[in-house]
Amino acid sequence: MSNTLEISNLSKNYGDFQLKDVSFTLPTGYIMGLIGPNGAGKTTVIKTIMNLVMKDKGEVQLFGKDHRDFEIEAKKRIGFVYDTPNYYEHLSLKRLKNVIAPFYDRWDENIFMDLVGRFEIPLNKPLKKFSKGMAMKSSIALALSHHAEFIVMDEPTSGLDPVVRREMLDFLRNLMEDEKKSILFSSHITTDIEQVADYITFMHKGKVVFSKTKDAVREQYALVKGGNELINEATKQHFVAVRTGAYGFEGLTDDVSQTKKILSNSAIYEKATLEDIMFFNNIKTKAEG
Amino acid sequence: MKIIISNASSEPIYEQISRQVKTQIISGDLQEGDGLPSIRKLAKELYISVITTKRAYEELEKEGFIDTVGGKGTFVAVQNKELLREKKMKSIEDMMGKIVLEAHKLGVTHAELKEMLDILFDSKEN
Repeated sequence: MSNTLEISNLSKNYGDFQLKDVSFTLPTGYIMGLIGPNGAGKTTVIKTIMNLVMKDKGEVQLFGKDHRDFEIEAKKRIGFVYDTPNYYEHLSLKRLKNVIAPFYDRWDENIFMDLVGRFEIPLNKPLKKFSKGMAMKSSIALALSHHAEFIVMDEPTSGLDPVVRREMLDFLRNLMEDEKKSILFSSHITTDIEQVADYITFMHKGKVVFSKTKDAVREQYALVKGGNELINEATKQHFVAVRTGAYGFEGLTDDVSQTKKILSNSAIYEKATLEDIMFFNNIKTKAEG
Repeated sequence: MKIIISNASSEPIYEQISRQVKTQIISGDLQEGDGLPSIRKLAKELYISVITTKRAYEELEKEGFIDTVGGKGTFVAVQNKELLREKKMKSIEDMMGKIVLEAHKLGVTHAELKEMLDILFDSKEN
């Protein structure tokens, strides 16, 4: 299996914010969701991949080659969707397309027109009059019309209404029938990631907390609830974090089978959502100071 | 082929798939040589990860229910009829085990249980 993206020990120091030893790998043919609270470093990682931000340390490989030594070659194979569509706002989509298309030798007018038709985007209306959904769809149409093999999207679904979001996710999923395509997309809307991602990379405060398959995450984590008498210094060790209330506790475990052995059946086990995982990891980091 | 996935179930999704495919092979709804969708196609249709469908197919292959022919696709494997019956019997046995356990908890006697079974059998036959 080849890898579309390989990041190892990536570090970047902004003074008040640092990326620390970020490493993860996206195998070809899969969708990876990059999640984390605001300020976790998702956008910095994406910008580093695109070489829009200079890294201090570490390696980034795209299609098996260094992302800077082979930058032009790699970028021809990437479709990049920004979080804030930063257009020449007075232009129509048609004219903007005419500006962008010549940069790509593999630009495919048929694909573009097909996407425009499917997304029902007006071609001659100035972009500044577009709704957020329209603007995002335009970005995607522009990013996907040159046979990109790797689609990188920074918060593509934030600010979109549920219907458009669902359409977008379905569209991404359809792309994956082609096993040579890979997608990396960041979002803090964890349900979107839960719906489409094969791999999940969770970042918090500039570090990678985990990067693994969605199934592995589902099986590893669980939300545990029960009476406060079950929680003491010893049992607490088996949780990422616990919060106790007047009538019981709620905690996140990252080792379900072990926790079940210790607490046996006196507790209730529920599936942890990505949101639960993010939330309890946040409690943990706060507790650690 | 029919597969219904529940996200609320505690049964892992790959198991839901492999179980349902198995049931359909055992019941004969899926016949020897019938083609199964590719893992990517199935993932798309069921709104789940490719990794999940891959794992389900791997399980089914390991247990001899399906075969993957490189470049051609995945098919229902030639089934050993005796083995299938054996497997079905085993699953009935497992269910009966549970019934006996529950009955025991409630203090239902062997005779009472037999009577219940007889009634159910009769109503099925009529």
